[in-house]
Amino acid sequence: MASSKSLVNFLTFTFGSAIGFFVCYLLFNIILEEQVQIQPHVLHNDPHGQHSADTDNNQLQGQMDFNADVGQHKDEDKNIAEGLYHKVKILCWVMTGPQNLEKKAKHVKATWAQRCNKVLFMSSEENKDFPAVGLETKEGRDQLYWKTIKAFQYVYDHYFDDADWFMKADDDTYVILDNLRWLLSKYSPEQPIYFGRRFKPYVKQGYMSGGAGYVLSKEALKRFVAAFKTNKCTHSSSVEDLALGKCMEIINVEAGDSRDTSGRETFHPFVPEHHLIRGYLPKTFWYWNYNYYPAGPGCCSDLAVSFHYVDSVTMYHLEYLIYHLRPYGYLYRYNPDSSKNSEEQSKNEALENNQKLKQKTSES
Amino acid sequence: MISESSSFIKGVVLGGAFCMLVTLLGHIKVGHGTKAHHHEHHHIQAPNKEDVLNLSEGERVELSKNIHVYCIILVKPKDLGHWAAARETWSKHCDKAEFYSSEKVKVFDSVAVNTNDMWAMMRKAYKITYERYKDEFSWFFLAYPTTFAIIENLKYFLLKKDPSQPFYIGHTVKSGDLEYVDGEGGIVLSIESLRRLSRVLEDPDKCPEQGGMIWKLAEDKQLAICLKYTGVFAENAEDSEGKDVFNTKSVGALIKEAMSTHPQQVVDGCCSDMAITFSGLAPNHMHVMMYGVYRLRPYGHSYSDALVFLPPPGSDND
Repeated sequence: MASSKSLVNFLTFTFGSAIGFFVCYLLFNIILEEQVQIQPHVLHNDPHGQHSADTDNNQLQGQMDFNADVGQHKDEDKNIAEGLYHKVKILCWVMTGPQNLEKKAKHVKATWAQRCNKVLFMSSEENKDFPAVGLETKEGRDQLYWKTIKAFQYVYDHYFDDADWFMKADDDTYVILDNLRWLLSKYSPEQPIYFGRRFKPYVKQGYMSGGAGYVLSKEALKRFVAAFKTNKCTHSSSVEDLALGKCMEIINVEAGDSRDTSGRETFHPFVPEHHLIRGYLPKTFWYWNYNYYPAGPGCCSDLAVSFHYVDSVTMYHLEYLIYHLRPYGYLYRYNPDSSKNSEEQSKNEALENNQKLKQKTSES
Repeated sequence: MISESSSFIKGVVLGGAFCMLVTLLGHIKVGHGTKAHHHEHHHIQAPNKEDVLNLSEGERVELSKNIHVYCIILVKPKDLGHWAAARETWSKHCDKAEFYSSEKVKVFDSVAVNTNDMWAMMRKAYKITYERYKDEFSWFFLAYPTTFAIIENLKYFLLKKDPSQPFYIGHTVKSGDLEYVDGEGGIVLSIESLRRLSRVLEDPDKCPEQGGMIWKLAEDKQLAICLKYTGVFAENAEDSEGKDVFNTKSVGALIKEAMSTHPQQVVDGCCSDMAITFSGLAPNHMHVMMYGVYRLRPYGHSYSDALVFLPPPGSDND
């Protein structure tokens, strides 16, 4: 009896030591290793989707101060960009709401919004601290066109003379103002025209995707506001981008071609990853049928203007990639200035041929 | 019942203690194995932009052409997705890039080293590299499959450094007495360091094929130990503002950290403008980085750079 008891004790002891050893080993492995996190991605199924019910993105607390243009680039020459800042004045208004001021709009304010000549945050309620304009609507998907109409009305009433172009964006859109100015510099604000990611069908001349953002010329804004006074346009539906596009057609505002000189799109309804990775958006996805233009040589312009469904981390990620990180000394393939275009291209080609020759001679 | 549970608890305690003892012994072996060298944490900086602009036009062109970087990427068949992404993205910017794989795969070319052990892979890769390329390249960059590198920024960093000196550069970590370059951030060796390494690899006392008493020592630590014997010490690479240029994490991870640790100064705290590596990237992220680094940019910003790097021929994502 005693021996079997001590045998049981011994076995329990051995079992215990094995467990202790194993647990300790696991702990050490965890402490000594780092874990790589995988981001969940969200595909949105609505072409007119603005804010689908807010997915639980990483709720980051604390104030962001991702100051773009301070002290980092002592050897950077921004003369051309600054010249355009003064020549092509853009007022941005950001569609947001009371619940999203701290969650989303704050990060917009900390990043790209600083580069607008003037920026306004449009909400259903006024917020003096943020600050945000109160449009006196309700909140919700069905209010988007109301908010849009009232926002443009507000801008027309208060800031018409302060800008040449008027850009609408969501609080999860990232806009690269320098590239927007380059696009718009080729047009006159007196032209009745507007730009964005051109979609079809529904409107003969196409209409602009709401989420990717769109920008109206001064004349276009004037006609849009006037149209509601004369009932040429009404709140015909709650599908903001489509309804606006229909109104634009009625008032003879042209749907512009925002593609770059190589035929690549500049306004994007999704984040870069969704556009860049072949097959990410399945072929059956609504998106492919909505694009007005056939796919260009690769998805995204070097001088992209906007991306959509950008969460807070991605806002700063884009800010870093666009305005901070760069490959030293790199001669970009795409040269946007069409007047210099052929000259640069032939220069690059000559350099490349030189390189190829050197490779050949070193191989032989 | 009580005696059983008490013997169980005694067992757990003893097992845990034994495990800790063995692990610590494994780490201590590292300390005893190296000579006691009293040196501080080494930092090494990128060239000052002002220094570089003082060079003449001719000197700059010569410099751009004369820095040759050979890239070693250690891969295994399980890394096929990352392998493909590295092939299609950043590795095209190396003067020459080769993949050293544990075994041959059908889809991609590689140098098969016929071992699954990371330290053995690293040893073989460095040995083969030295034998084949010692006269052709001055700098050797080793990366893991999840690493993304910007070779132009690496070349700028190495601009005024003499490869005949023993450089061993990257993102350094201190483990007890040993300072080593974290493999995740990428490892840079000058030709002199590689020369010394290839010699000490033959010495089974100083640089055995299996270091560490019971647990295996990580390959990047083993490398540091071997190099230390030859008088080559790890140096942490920083830009002119003191920020790390070799990163062992992705941009997203670093931004998240910056948002919580210093939300008032995210840009100043996150990452260098001249960053060379990021790590822990999924294959898709490498394509996004490629676009974000080599293509996406704001119109109207220009720089007077001292070096000129052309896009690689036959490529369209950069």
